Amino acid sequence: MTGEPLVRWDWVYGHLGAIADRVGQHLYLAAIAIAAGFVISFALAAISIRRRRLYPIVTLLATSAYTIPSFALFAGLVAITGLTTVTAEVPLIMYTIVLYVPNIVAGFDSVPLDVLDAADGMGYTRGERWWRVELPLAVPLVVAGLRLASVSTIGLVTVSAILGDSFGGLGYYILDGYERHFTTEILVGGLLSIALAVIADLGFVLLGRVLTPWAIPRVGPRAARQRVSG
Amino acid sequence: MTAGEAGRTGAASLEFRHVSKRYGDSTARGAVNDLSFQVPAGAICVLVGPSGCGKTTSLKMVNRLIEPSAGQIMLEGLDVTTEDVTVLRRRIGYVIQQVGLFPHLTVGENVAVVPSLMGWPRPRRLARTDELLGLVGLDPEEYRGRYPFQLSGGERQRVGVARALAVDPPLMLMDEPFAAVDPIARERLQDEFLRLQRELAKTILFVTHDVDEAIKMGDLIAVMEEGGRLAQFGSPDEILARPASEFVARFVGGDRGLKRLSLVTIGDLELEPTEARVGLPTFEPGTKLRDALSVLLVADSRGGVALDEEGRPRGYVTVDAIASALAEVRPNRTVGA
Repeated sequence: MTGEPLVRWDWVYGHLGAIADRVGQHLYLAAIAIAAGFVISFALAAISIRRRRLYPIVTLLATSAYTIPSFALFAGLVAITGLTTVTAEVPLIMYTIVLYVPNIVAGFDSVPLDVLDAADGMGYTRGERWWRVELPLAVPLVVAGLRLASVSTIGLVTVSAILGDSFGGLGYYILDGYERHFTTEILVGGLLSIALAVIADLGFVLLGRVLTPWAIPRVGPRAARQRVSG
Repeated sequence: MTAGEAGRTGAASLEFRHVSKRYGDSTARGAVNDLSFQVPAGAICVLVGPSGCGKTTSLKMVNRLIEPSAGQIMLEGLDVTTEDVTVLRRRIGYVIQQVGLFPHLTVGENVAVVPSLMGWPRPRRLARTDELLGLVGLDPEEYRGRYPFQLSGGERQRVGVARALAVDPPLMLMDEPFAAVDPIARERLQDEFLRLQRELAKTILFVTHDVDEAIKMGDLIAVMEEGGRLAQFGSPDEILARPASEFVARFVGGDRGLKRLSLVTIGDLELEPTEARVGLPTFEPGTKLRDALSVLLVADSRGGVALDEEGRPRGYVTVDAIASALAEVRPNRTVGA
C-alpha cells in the first residue's frame, strides 16, 4: 500500500457493470431469505400464540441457531448441500427466525383485550376477527421484525462469499479485496452493502407508515401536526 | 336530530330464568347464583352491586360471551342459546367501559363495523354512519374521517354508542359505559343518553358499580350482592324507599331519602296556586326536589315559588310539600307511564 490512494476510482468506473451484477445478486440472496424466513417465522409464531407452552421451545431453538457462527454454518453445510443456493440460503433463513418470531408474537399480543372483547361482542367470527382486527393491529411490530431481519440478512449475505465466486453478492469484493490487499474493493463491497441495508430499512419504515395511518405518532413533525389537527 | 331509522323498529323483552354461572370455586368472583328477573321491552334495567358480584358475568351471558352453567335467558321469548351465536351478537348492541374502538379504523368505519359484517351496500352504510354520528352529537363531516387516537374520552364513548346502535338492535348491553370519563363528561353523556333513549326506546341492560348512576339511569334496578345473588329488584324509588335487606340499605347509602328526592321534580308536585312573592326562591319545573330542598335550607326560607314552563308562578313550595313527596313510592318512571 505504498502511495496508493484509498479509493482507486478508475477501478470503480471500470467495473460498474460487474458491481451492478453483484448488487443484484446480493439483493436476490437477501430477498429470498427475508421472504422465506418471514413465512416460516409466521407459522412458528402462529403455533406459539396458539400453544403458549411451545413458545419458549421455539425461542430456544431459534436462539440456539443464532449462536452458531455464520462462517461455520456456511462451511459445514457445503458437506451436505454442496456449493448451491440452498447452502447460502439455509443459514440466512435460520438467522432471521430469532428476529421475526418475537416481534410477530408481540404484535399479536399487543392487540388490546377490550378491542377483542368488543369484536367478539359485536359478532365477528374467529376468521373475521383475525383478518380484520388482529392482523392489522399486529402490523407495526411485524414491520419492526421485517426491518431487523432485512438489515441483518443484507449484512450476512456478504459472508456467503466463502462459498465461491457465484455467491456473496457484494461480499465477493470484500473477500477478493482482502486476499489481494486491495482497499478499493473492500470499501466498495462494504459501503454498498451498508447502503442496501439502510435503503431496505427506510423502505420498510415507509411501508409501515402507509399500512398504519392510524398509529399514534410518537415523535417528530408528524406528531406535532396530528396533535394540532386532532 | 331525529332517531330516523333507529326509531322505527322495536325493542325486545329480556328475561333471566334461574340463571347461574359457577366457576370451580363456589366463592369465585363473577359467579352468578339463580338470577331471575324480567325487563319489559323499552326499559333500562341496571345491574348494580359491589365488584365481583357477577353483574358483568350476567351481562355477558346475554350475548353468550360467557355461557351460563344453568338456567335460561330469553330474548323476546326465545332462549338465546337456540340462536346462532354470531347472528345473536350482531343483533345485540354492545358497549363497554374501555369502548374497544378499533384503533386502525376511522370513526366512520368503526360505526359501520356491524353493517359491514352483515354485507350492507356501501351507500346505505355511509348514510347510516352519518345519521348515527349526528344522533350522538358528533358532526359527521368533522368526525367520520378521524382515527380513535384523535378523540377525547367522551367522544370515543359517543362513537362506541353509535357503533352499538348501527343495525338498530332491539337490545343493548352496556357495561360501565361511562365509567372511564371524568365526572362532568359522564353527567353529560348520561343526560344525552337518556334523551336519546326517550326517542329510541331500546331495551337496555346496563351494568354499573355506582348507585347514583343506577338511580339516574334505571327504570328498573337489580341490586346484586357477593356470591352473585339478586338482593333486590325494583324501581329506583322502591329500592330507595324499601330496601329489602340490610345489605341493600347499606349499599344504597344513608342518604337514600335524599336520593329519592332527586327522582322527583318540582313539576311533578301538586301545589296550591300562589301569587308572585318578592324575595322568595323560585324553581323551574325541571328542578329536582333534592336541589329545591337544598336551596330552601340555604336560603333559610320555609317556602319558595314554583314556576311553570312559561316562567309564571304556579304554586307555593314548602319543605313539608317536598317531604310529603316521599310518602308515595313510585313503581316506575317511564315504562308504562
